[in-house]
Amino acid sequence: MQHYSMNLKLKVWRQRNTNDQGHFETYDVENVSSEMSFLEMIDVLNEQLIAKGENPIAFDHDCREGICGMCSMVIDGRPHGPWKGTTTCQLHMRAFKDGDMITVEPFRANAFPVIKDLMVSRSAFDRIIQAGGYISVNTGNAVDGNAIPIEKEKADDAFAAAACIGCGACVAACKNASAMLFLSAKVSHLALLPQGEPEKKQRVVNMIAQMDKEGFGSCTNTYACEAECPKEISVLNIARLNREYLNSTLSAD
Amino acid sequence: MALTGFFLVVFLIVHCYINANVLFSNAEENFNRAAHFMGSNILIRIMEIGLFVGFILHIVQGYKLELQNRASRKSRYAVTAGNKTSKWYSRSMALLGTLILLFLVLHLVHFWVPSRFGGLTEVEYDGKTYHNLYAQMQDIFAVPWVVVVYLLGCFSLSWHLLHGVQSAAQTLGITSKNYFQTIKTIGIVFSIVVPLIFALMPLFVHFGWQINTGDISLLF
Repeated sequence: MQHYSMNLKLKVWRQRNTNDQGHFETYDVENVSSEMSFLEMIDVLNEQLIAKGENPIAFDHDCREGICGMCSMVIDGRPHGPWKGTTTCQLHMRAFKDGDMITVEPFRANAFPVIKDLMVSRSAFDRIIQAGGYISVNTGNAVDGNAIPIEKEKADDAFAAAACIGCGACVAACKNASAMLFLSAKVSHLALLPQGEPEKKQRVVNMIAQMDKEGFGSCTNTYACEAECPKEISVLNIARLNREYLNSTLSAD
Repeated sequence: MALTGFFLVVFLIVHCYINANVLFSNAEENFNRAAHFMGSNILIRIMEIGLFVGFILHIVQGYKLELQNRASRKSRYAVTAGNKTSKWYSRSMALLGTLILLFLVLHLVHFWVPSRFGGLTEVEYDGKTYHNLYAQMQDIFAVPWVVVVYLLGCFSLSWHLLHGVQSAAQTLGITSKNYFQTIKTIGIVFSIVVPLIFALMPLFVHFGWQINTGDISLLF
């Protein structure tokens, strides 16, 4: 593909802190290379802002190679931008053309309060994991990972669910700000494996209780989450989560 | 939503089956006899109460869910993905449901109220008197705008079911890798076939059409 450079107009959400009302501000960014990532483009803009003595735009980022789940932001109404199966750091400016006006907003949900500008707190996800998204392991020598044989197909499904990087794009994309795709991935990847079996019933009940407490909405199966998930987690996990939940609540021990 | 939804789907099948009598030969007698059975059988009368409960639960739950979900994002997006990531009808279940509710009220006033509280003419078959609900149908569907409203009702129902059937299966955890496509297909077929048969009824009665089946009573 031909390299090109472009001039862009960026309409960015600025919010001083959680309690601030927040507003949009428009910036011109010139000579943006088509080879830059979206975050690099914001880096350039921030350098310009700093040079002018203005406050740079706060945004989350870490690995910048699409695996950490730290970057967020909603670009023209799409969490992680217009490309399918891509995080914002892997979204390249060749997705845009000269003269484009790009609207950049934070992930919006009551459960994800804005910290500053485009940064939101996703601690609600951590608390959901703390409620049961783990397996308890005794101290002592590490158990051989291959000691228990696992069917290939189950291992594949568990791995596909475990690919969730917990970025929260599912919540941002959902019209109800529901966290069901995230939760279903976390429950599925343990429920499918023998290691997750002992705590299976309690896990799903506790994690759902925590999710409800955090103020996420309910799932109405529009599947916008699956369409926006950078790791393309399947909504079939949500059906599995519902199955696990029904099993846990209907059958007495 | 899923449990009450499936319950109402069963009702739709029964309602559609009984009323399909109006599409075939000897519509008046077959339909009136079927309506008489539905109105006089004690089991069906008890189930009718269950049906009202099912409707009310589905409606109340639906609005409650919609309000809760709307409240879970207080600050709205300036730009939304719209139809790029989800289907409009999957996001519009409350709107479609409201249209169906308005239709339902009109529909009950047209047919259920007169058959329960009087106001129907009578007709005699084999020395027995029956309510002439079919004549009521002819009266109601003689008015073109009523036919149009009924068609719009069926249209709303179709879109509501197109999302609803597979969504209910997903919520109840029935959906899985092996059955995902099958369930989706069943949902699509159901959401087209049933509302289409319903939509034919006002049209057939209005224009006096009938599918000729001779003396055989096809249904019921």
